Amino acid sequence: MTLRDAGLFALVALLIIGTGFIQSWNTALLILNMGLISAIMALGVNMQWGYAGLFNVGIMGFVALGGLATVLVSMPPTGDAWAAGGLRVIVALLLGAATIVAAILAQTRMAPGRNRTLATLGILVLGFFIYRYVFDPAVVAIEKVNPAGTGYLGGLGLPVILAWPVGGLLAAGAAWIIGKTALGLRSDYLAIATLGIAEIVVIMMKNEDWLSRGVKNVVGLPRPVPYEIDLQNDPGFVDRATGLGFDPVIASSLYVKLGYSVLFALFLIAILILAQLALNSPWGRMMRAIRDNEVAAEAMGKDVTARHLQIFILGSAICGMAGAMMTTLDGQLTPSAYQPLRYTFLIWVMVIVGGSGNNFGSVLGGFLVWFLWVQVEPMGLALMNLITAGMADGSWLKEHLLESAAHMRLLTMGLVLLLVLRFSPRGLIPER
Amino acid sequence: MIDLLNALVAFTNFVLVPGAAYGAQLALGALGVTMIYGILRFSNFAHGDTMAFGTMFVILVTWGFQGAGISFGPLPTALLALPFGIAICGLFLLATDKVVYKFYRGQRVKPVVFVMVSLGVMFIMNGLVRFVIGPQDIRFADGERFIITARNFREMTGLNEGLAIKTTQGITLVTAVIVVALLFWFLNKTRTGKSMRAYSDNEDLALLSGINPERVVMVTWLIVAALATVAGTLYGLDKSFKAFTYFQLLLPIFASAIVGGLGNPLGAIAGGFLIAFSEVTVTYAFKKVATYILPEAWAPEGLVQLMSTDYKLAVSFSILIIVLLFKPTGLFKGQSV
Repeated sequence: MTLRDAGLFALVALLIIGTGFIQSWNTALLILNMGLISAIMALGVNMQWGYAGLFNVGIMGFVALGGLATVLVSMPPTGDAWAAGGLRVIVALLLGAATIVAAILAQTRMAPGRNRTLATLGILVLGFFIYRYVFDPAVVAIEKVNPAGTGYLGGLGLPVILAWPVGGLLAAGAAWIIGKTALGLRSDYLAIATLGIAEIVVIMMKNEDWLSRGVKNVVGLPRPVPYEIDLQNDPGFVDRATGLGFDPVIASSLYVKLGYSVLFALFLIAILILAQLALNSPWGRMMRAIRDNEVAAEAMGKDVTARHLQIFILGSAICGMAGAMMTTLDGQLTPSAYQPLRYTFLIWVMVIVGGSGNNFGSVLGGFLVWFLWVQVEPMGLALMNLITAGMADGSWLKEHLLESAAHMRLLTMGLVLLLVLRFSPRGLIPER
Repeated sequence: MIDLLNALVAFTNFVLVPGAAYGAQLALGALGVTMIYGILRFSNFAHGDTMAFGTMFVILVTWGFQGAGISFGPLPTALLALPFGIAICGLFLLATDKVVYKFYRGQRVKPVVFVMVSLGVMFIMNGLVRFVIGPQDIRFADGERFIITARNFREMTGLNEGLAIKTTQGITLVTAVIVVALLFWFLNKTRTGKSMRAYSDNEDLALLSGINPERVVMVTWLIVAALATVAGTLYGLDKSFKAFTYFQLLLPIFASAIVGGLGNPLGAIAGGFLIAFSEVTVTYAFKKVATYILPEAWAPEGLVQLMSTDYKLAVSFSILIIVLLFKPTGLFKGQSV
């Protein structure tokens, strides 16, 4: 870290603290918390793009899988739903998995030819119908159990922090499937495949009500920090808050948010240290060698495809973990909130602006771009107000411009990405 | 016998006709992707939004025409507005090329950087579309709604099942045939088209024989603008216009282009229809057809639907993955690297 880098970090800190003084400490902590999570996501993407040059445009899917993990791990199980069809769903899923394994076995073990194709197709078609035969009634039964309140299987009822590594595992599994098929082909194929899997993960979460309640959302996820209302009812806390000159209600809200900040910061620091160690290890040097010249690296005996698969899974797992943390922070899973712009593209802007290939750069980018993202909307609105100030009230153009101010974000972020790619492709803190 | 005919009509009505229209729209989209891939050598992620962008201007001009009282008789006014949309979209694409892509061509960067840049362009275009026309659903089809209505068909044939063909579906197929014929004529018969194919096959050799690369690139963008605007307008007429839907079309379009073999125009068309028919067939509830064909005792209870319609994207995605696994260069031989 040079003096300049430290200065950049100090600037971001100043921006956030400034928000605390000018707007409110609540807003500042909100920005800080999402900034911490964004920084972790950016670290994951930086591994894939910065270390290895892999282009992943499916970050949203991995983040969403992390969110799903939060529900699966932390929500209490719905006893009635499990009784109604839980076992049957599990059996169906196992049957489905067995079908795919059998098809893969047939494909690899049998001699190539028409028989192999027919056998594989036969296994898949038969397996699909058996799977649907077992699966469908179970889903209907589960979704019938108190549809307004639960209507899904629920989770395992474990502490919510456990969901974070589990989210990483889920994302890693999805990354393995994608990586196995698309890595080793030309580079854009990975981009297309990840774009697809991200959309499908979100569609699945919106439609598989038995798993994630779909668009009905799962609310009231357990928290790793105390509830505000409990703090306000705790005389000890109220005394301390008033002793420090705070209103107990505001103090409780700040206390909870600070709790999250500390948790996330610990995770971020741990991941950052590990990422730094990995980058400066022989493994990290090998990755960069592969990125810069695949042919030469292969000639030196490096298994390029296997290394790519490895780092693709690692990076996606980190994104999944960050996704689980984010859903924990929100306290609810809203599948319809996953937008590619917010969860794929914005993270890319963070990595590119911060400096791809440099972990500190990604962290800086995460904080800075998130800060801009939050503040661009009021700024855009202010700009539009300024532009339209001279126009007559009630003119359609004025109304249209004011209404559309919300879409300024897309434009600004696209513009920022193109400008940075063009004029400063190495970012704020370049790789060294 | 009558039952069989009824089943056939139901199948045509719900699978064949919509599938053919959707296939034509995908094929036109995939042609655009494949052209850019063949000439400029990158996967253009902005293509879905280029379609939206062109369509937006078609809609705006259509509204202008409607306001001025100009109509196209029984056909949608949007067809009259199409040339204007293509022109504006073409100008915008040429400007993007000048401002954005040209720099990277000069630098000879890796294709993946181009893809990333195209993502940036995609979001700017998407933002512009939302900014100008808004994110909501817009229907802009006017004129006669049906070529044959279900009721007329039933009265004509005496069958139980009706066959309805929407005007927009007919227009889609006719327009697609015309556009594709024009494109192939251009690529195979004209001097510019031949130089484009030469450039796509072997860049260095083409440069040696005096082909001007900037001219080839310019013509490509114009063709892509035309293809994208036509595809987007046809899709919007047939269904409706919504910025986010057009972004999501990217996946089936890419699947079509890759299944057919990237860089191969014929493959793009075949891929488009393959993807469209798979999507429609897999997500169609076959209950009606099955009730006609099967003896009464076997009549199905459920919908006989392989997958719910929400999973359309999953169908194109699975086909894409299968093709990538078994035949990475596509069914028709495309370019590999």
